[in-house]
Amino acid sequence: MTAKPRIATVSLAGCFGCHMSFLDLDEAMLPLFERIELDRTPLNDVKELGPCDVGLVEGGLCNAENVAVLREFRARCKVLVAVGACAINGGLPAQRNALDVGQMLVDVYRSRPGLAPGSDVPNDPELPLPLAQVHPIHEVVHVDHFLPGCPPSAETIGALLTALLVGREPSLPPLRYD
Amino acid sequence: MDEPSRFMLDGTALPFEEGDTVMAAAARAGRDIPHLCWHSALGPSGACRLCTVRVDGRLASACTTRVAAGQVVESETDDLHERRRLLVQLLFTEGNHFCPGCEKSGDCRLQDAGYALGVTGPGFEEFFPRHAVDASHPDVWLDFNRCILCKLCVRASWEVDGKGVFQIGGHGTGTHVVVNSGSGLLADSALAANDMAAGICPVGAIGPKRRGYAVPIGQRAVDRREPADRERSGEGP
Repeated sequence: MTAKPRIATVSLAGCFGCHMSFLDLDEAMLPLFERIELDRTPLNDVKELGPCDVGLVEGGLCNAENVAVLREFRARCKVLVAVGACAINGGLPAQRNALDVGQMLVDVYRSRPGLAPGSDVPNDPELPLPLAQVHPIHEVVHVDHFLPGCPPSAETIGALLTALLVGREPSLPPLRYD
Repeated sequence: MDEPSRFMLDGTALPFEEGDTVMAAAARAGRDIPHLCWHSALGPSGACRLCTVRVDGRLASACTTRVAAGQVVESETDDLHERRRLLVQLLFTEGNHFCPGCEKSGDCRLQDAGYALGVTGPGFEEFFPRHAVDASHPDVWLDFNRCILCKLCVRASWEVDGKGVFQIGGHGTGTHVVVNSGSGLLADSALAANDMAAGICPVGAIGPKRRGYAVPIGQRAVDRREPADRERSGEGP
C-alpha cells in the first residue's frame, strides 16, 4: 500500500471534548500519525474535505451548517464514526428539545438581563439557522460505528482507530455512556 | 422422596419450589436472567421483556412463566441476547437517556443492561419526550423523561407501602406514570422519602433531592463490578 489511510474529524454541535479525548492518547499519537494522513480536522488548516478512509464526527446536529457538513463527510468518508454521546443520541444539548427554539433565541439575545439596549436575535444570512430540535447524526446519514462516552476514553478511540487501520472489527474496552 | 423437582437452565439442572416462576427459581439458584422490571419482593409485571427465554423451545418471559419439572430453559444464547439488545435500544430511544447529566449514571439498571449487551448506539429515531419534571415534593423529585415503565414504583407503592401513590395512565406510546393526588403533584401524595416506592426506581426517573453525584467516579456500582461481568457479547450497534 502506497498511500496512507486518510482520516478526517469534525465537531458539529459538539464541545470539542471528544477531540480532547482523542488528544489524550498522548505519546501514542506519534506512532499513529506516522501511519495515517490527516485530512480536514480542527487540528490542522485543511478547509476542503477530500476522499477519506475514516471520518470521526463529534457532536449532534443543531443547525443547517451541521447538516451540510455531515452530508459532505458521509459522501467522502468510507467509514463514518459517531464519536461521543452528542453524535449518538443528541447528548446534553438535546435537552433543548423540550423548549421552543425561537423563544430560546429571544430569551438569550433580546430579553436577557444585562444586554445592551436594542439587542436582538442575530439575523445575518452568514449565520446558519438553528434546527427546531437537536438530532443525532444517524437520523440524517448512515453511521458505521458508534463510539459511546461523554467523551469516549482515549483508550476507546485508539482501539477503534487501530482496528479500522488494520481492517478488523473493533473490540472496545468496557463501554461507558457518561 | 424429598428429592426436589428440577428443571434445566442453559444445560444445568436447577431445583425449584412449587409455584416458582423461571426467574424466581433461577435467582434462588444464583443464576441471573437479564431483567429490569422484576423484583423478588413484588408481584410479576412482564413489562420489560428483557427476561425473555426459550422455554421448551418457545419464547416466554421468565418472570411470568411457572417453572415445571423437566422444563428446558435457554437464556444465554446469541439470538436471545440480540433480542434483548433491541429491547434496550428501544428503551433508550423512547426516553431522554442523557447519561452524562444523570445522577443515576454508574448505578442504573438500564445503563448496566446496555453495557452488558454491548449496545453502542440507539439505532432508532429518538422520541425526545417532554414530560415536566415534578420537584414539588420536599425530598423526592420525578423526571419521567427517563422512566422505562417497569412499574416497580407502582407495585411497591400498592403492594408494600400500601399507599397507591403511583399509577399507569395513557395508552400506547402515550403511556406514562401518573401520581395519584388531586393535583397530580407528588407533594400532594402520601409518598414519604423512606417508602419503598421512593427508592426502587432502577433508572433516573425517581430520585432523592440534594444527594446527586455523591459517589466518586471509580467507586460507583458499575465501577466496582468486574469487567468480565459486562462483556457478554462484545461490540455491536
